Amino acid sequence: MSHKIRVATTSLAGCFGCHMSLLDIDERLLELITLVEFERSPINDIKQLEPVDVGIIEGGVANTDNVEVLREFRRQSKILVAIGACAINGGIPAMRNHFELKECLEESYLDGIGVVNPMIPNDPEIPLLLNKVHPIHEVVKVDYVLPGCPPSGDTIWTFLTELLEGRPIHFPYSEIHYD
Amino acid sequence: MSNSRFVIDGKDIPFRPGQTIMDAAMAAGVYIPHLCHNPDYASTGNCRLCLVKLNGRYVSACTQPAIADSQVDNQIDEINQQRKTLLQMLFVEGNHQCPGCEKSGRCQLQAVAYYVGMLSPYFTHFYPRRELDASHPEMVLDFNRCILCGLCVRASHSADKKNIFAISGRGMDSRLVINSTSGKLGDSNFSAHDAAASVCPVGVFLPKHKGYEVPIGQRLYDREPIAQVGDVAHPNHQRDKK
Amino acid sequence: MNRWRDIPQRSDLLLQYLIDIQQRDSCISTESIQKLSTELAIPAAQIKSVIEFYSFLHTTPRGHFNILFSDNITDQMAGSRALMRQLCQQLNVRQGDPRADGRVTVDTTSCTGMCDQGPALLINNFPITRLDSKRIELIAQLIEQDTPLEQWPAEFFEINDNVHRADILLTHNTEDGDALRALLEEGAETLLQRIGDAELRGRGGAGFKTATKWRLCKQADAAQRIVVCNADEGEPGTFKDRVLLQSYAAQVIEGMTLCAGIIGASKGFIYLRGEYRYLLDSLEKELQRRRDAKLLGNNILDQQGFNFNIEIHLGAGAYICGEESALLESLAGHRGIPQKRPPFPVTRGYLGLPTVVNNVETLMTACQIASHGSDWFTDKGTRQSAGTKLLSISGDCQQPGIYEYPMGTSVSDILIDCGADGPQAVQIAGAAGQTLCHREFKRKIAIEDASTGGSFMVFNRHRDMLDMVQNFAHFFAHESCGFCTPCRVGSTLISNLVDKLYTSHATQNDLRDIERIALVMRHASHCGLGTTASNHILDTFNNFPDAYQRRLRSTEYTPAFDLDLAVCEARAITGRDDDDAHIVCPPQEGFKP
Repeated sequence: MSHKIRVATTSLAGCFGCHMSLLDIDERLLELITLVEFERSPINDIKQLEPVDVGIIEGGVANTDNVEVLREFRRQSKILVAIGACAINGGIPAMRNHFELKECLEESYLDGIGVVNPMIPNDPEIPLLLNKVHPIHEVVKVDYVLPGCPPSGDTIWTFLTELLEGRPIHFPYSEIHYD
Repeated sequence: MSNSRFVIDGKDIPFRPGQTIMDAAMAAGVYIPHLCHNPDYASTGNCRLCLVKLNGRYVSACTQPAIADSQVDNQIDEINQQRKTLLQMLFVEGNHQCPGCEKSGRCQLQAVAYYVGMLSPYFTHFYPRRELDASHPEMVLDFNRCILCGLCVRASHSADKKNIFAISGRGMDSRLVINSTSGKLGDSNFSAHDAAASVCPVGVFLPKHKGYEVPIGQRLYDREPIAQVGDVAHPNHQRDKK
Repeated sequence: MNRWRDIPQRSDLLLQYLIDIQQRDSCISTESIQKLSTELAIPAAQIKSVIEFYSFLHTTPRGHFNILFSDNITDQMAGSRALMRQLCQQLNVRQGDPRADGRVTVDTTSCTGMCDQGPALLINNFPITRLDSKRIELIAQLIEQDTPLEQWPAEFFEINDNVHRADILLTHNTEDGDALRALLEEGAETLLQRIGDAELRGRGGAGFKTATKWRLCKQADAAQRIVVCNADEGEPGTFKDRVLLQSYAAQVIEGMTLCAGIIGASKGFIYLRGEYRYLLDSLEKELQRRRDAKLLGNNILDQQGFNFNIEIHLGAGAYICGEESALLESLAGHRGIPQKRPPFPVTRGYLGLPTVVNNVETLMTACQIASHGSDWFTDKGTRQSAGTKLLSISGDCQQPGIYEYPMGTSVSDILIDCGADGPQAVQIAGAAGQTLCHREFKRKIAIEDASTGGSFMVFNRHRDMLDMVQNFAHFFAHESCGFCTPCRVGSTLISNLVDKLYTSHATQNDLRDIERIALVMRHASHCGLGTTASNHILDTFNNFPDAYQRRLRSTEYTPAFDLDLAVCEARAITGRDDDDAHIVCPPQEGFKP
């Protein structure tokens, strides 16, 4: 193959579990890297995002930085994929949506157990939190979703191989789960 | 034996007078997706997942009496797409964070969604703020997952004769409430042995002092779809034992 | 205050007791709930669940003057929103919140059935119509002076019938008792046959054959049967039942009594929508007058054993209660949740008894057919739709009001008669009905063509049809009972997406979503409210695509929410307002509220 498929990945408000799961495709990784080339990704620590064929997003949208990175990925990716529960419905981070942002910050930085030097950070270097955590499809257009917390290595493998072969993606029963 | 029959997706189904499409289909081993239906209680038809076409007309299988010589479409793409939309509505209406739910893997909402191939809730999430009720010594109620199927209401009324639960409010403000002075489960005469404790198709009723007992991979719906495995309240392997 | 005299003891009157308490105390307190719970042996939570279902019931106090502006699209077109803002401003009160001194609350409510004389409001359940800026100013003064309602100018509370076209129904008056005498002389079977020969169909909109309904109920095996007059005229834009109950009540009640005599019912109810509470006194008086005249009560017209008594039950702000099975639930004191069918009310209705539920107009018409004969009725109308139909005409026309037309009259003829100037659309049969555009004006009012319960709202060519769509979308999200998934969630999803579209933030993709939800609501909903709640969307998609297209973003996608607004809380908490504390959206994409 003359041109490898260019793939970039990132984790927004997530736990990197989906990336771990990507590595869980084990020895098939060797096959994968004959087919794809990883651009920006926490796996290779490339920070600069170039135009890619597939952008894979883990994690939901919790702060202004998440929004910026997500939009950059949307701009640079031909196909954008939401991977994992957080990207799809906010996931565990979205459990803070039960509370006011103020309550969350006060608990973390003012009133919580073991807080020293209580103050809510306001340094301009720090991205501000959004009122609520959102799934990524509420901020940008998403082309594919890959559920799971995390999706299994097999699910990711099925997805990538079928996508690369241009087939409609069909998952066997055991490869679709939300947890 | 009865001579009355109708056809679901080309398969001949016998029925007795008075049976609904759902009753007859279940007896014949034909799966029609459903959440609010439980054969132990009178059906109400609120979740609408059992939407089928009866001679070309949309009906809910759990409330519609079977009609002799009729044609019922169940597993057709057009119906499945609509069921998927209904499930997506339920998923965005509540807070369904499966990774953090003890019921995950044996949740009927999840299982039906797997069955119809729902990959994401798609719509804009409502993220409602709902309280947790941990006042009872044996049971926690997590209203975040309530889909308003009313099964606990029916079970507490007709099986337990306690009337502990009710649906209050209207429209999107509808919610499950407890019939006790404080509105808390702990102040009611609820017991973990009540029928109402074990009919919830989702994860509202969570027994205290235990959890995550079955490893991932071996849970009710981990390996086979609900059409084979059966409902949470009536898994097929239990029915077989009976 | 208690219409029910003694201490509460009938659990089926729960809603009625609650309405009385609300009227007396301006809310239903925890103490009242506890007391009622003990008296009726109904759990407190169940009582609360009933309170929370009905818009007119509250657990926290409303203002001493409780004002609700009718929020139908016709009220809005007549300027109701601006008038409400004016009143709020003059009284220094925020919409929905009681003023700090407890003097007044100003809010909106679903259509109050005064569309022919709107904008309208309800003040402590009494309607004031023909609102204008001057009238609002006077109202504000009277409230500030704390003038008791009884001392307000009487003309404020005048409600006009506005009958502009009368045909057989509104011109042929019957003598009191004619229909009942016919029944006693000719027998139930002959009278039932007559109603059947007249091909009378339900006037509420569904068009079920009245004689068939009565016969099914008569044949049902039971010791007692019930007749219910559905006076829950909640369909936006309809008000003909209001006029019948105000000026033709005798015939409506005689129609009920006739039905009772035919089917063998001894008990009847008028379920009167809360918005028409002002008619309660006159209706009660009419019932008493008829009892005194031996036209109601025991041994009617001295016929031994012909007993029929009528109770009036009030609704409390729930559109869904116009659906007959929900109405029967409400009549029994429950939340108004539509029931599965079968069983149908004719075999299992009010408290499980066989029940006939008929529209006000149907009962009045049946009364007239009994005395004038079936030909009198079938001489008018079409082959499939006999007789005449009352239309409530409102919106952009010179003479809004009641028009009685033979079935089969074309929409365009009606538009000429009512003085519609340059109409682009007619919303027929209310918010749940059809949106007819210009090329459909040749269609005819009839069960086989443009079927309607009577609502007929006219929109002229200067109107933005999306105003109507947004009004109806909000209406259905507010009025969905919440029982079934598609209507409960779908109506709110649609309402939110229509808001996104209305503010020009939606894309083609959002339109596809609206359509997908609308179709699932139509196909999968449990009752008639749900299956019809998206009609206006699907009709205007077809008939008025421009109303949608001109608001669409050209981009493929826009976010679901205002990104920059989503940082407002963090900005407030941290005090930051630097560039990085904002999310700038490309002009093509972003929300600009």
